[in-house]
Amino acid sequence: MLVNQFLLLAAVLFCIGVYGVIARKNAVLVLMSIELILNAVNLNFIAFALRNGSTDGHTFALYVIAIAAAEVGVGLGLVLLVYRNRKTISLDDLSEMKG
Amino acid sequence: MIAQNIGFAIIAAVMIIAAVRVVTTSNVVHAALWLVVVLSGVAAQYILLAAEFVAVTQVLVYIGAVMVLFLFGTMLTRSRIGRDSGLNNTYWKLGIPVALVLFAAMAVALVNSFGDERMPTDDNIVSTQQVSDQIFGPYLLPFWALSFVLLAAVIGAIVLARKD
Repeated sequence: MLVNQFLLLAAVLFCIGVYGVIARKNAVLVLMSIELILNAVNLNFIAFALRNGSTDGHTFALYVIAIAAAEVGVGLGLVLLVYRNRKTISLDDLSEMKG
Repeated sequence: MIAQNIGFAIIAAVMIIAAVRVVTTSNVVHAALWLVVVLSGVAAQYILLAAEFVAVTQVLVYIGAVMVLFLFGTMLTRSRIGRDSGLNNTYWKLGIPVALVLFAAMAVALVNSFGDERMPTDDNIVSTQQVSDQIFGPYLLPFWALSFVLLAAVIGAIVLARKD
């Protein structure tokens, strides 16, 4: 197995996630794209852990998984709050911070 | 070695197709289900990379918990369960060149840095015991911090989503 095959797969996943964050308007779908990005990063951690024969990558990947779970919980709480106040979760309608 | 590469190629192809469907499908529930395929593929890649504990955690946390959260989020925000044409931005086409340029930059950097370097053969596989020794040894303080982050996130989510 090449090192690069895993890193390139992670790069593809990362770019698809970035596309999703840019292109999507629905807040839940944007959160799903962020999950794609986080998984790409985790794949890199594990690939480098095997390449270097080190445990640090595994530890960090586990921490990233925990942080991602917390992020989804708070993110969906925010989305529910926005929905309750606006009756929409379209990110284009949340434009108060536009100058 | 050959079997590993064939397995990698099949799983990677399925993952990429599923990931593209996540960001292009016009149905929120279908996007969540395609995301399950991507996350299972990532878990399979972890097993290929000899990280079985991380793979099991991936299945438990992502496919088990995070996916249920996403489906509840879809349900509670009353997104259209069927097809929905209003999921993309007006300027969604801008994302395609951004993603392609980003991928080209990363691919050039990776190919230049690692070329055709191979993974080491299996003489230094990391065991789950070593991972736990690491977490509860040198990385104990981040582990504590992480438990407080999770506690804060749970309380925060309840406070945010509470009625009145």
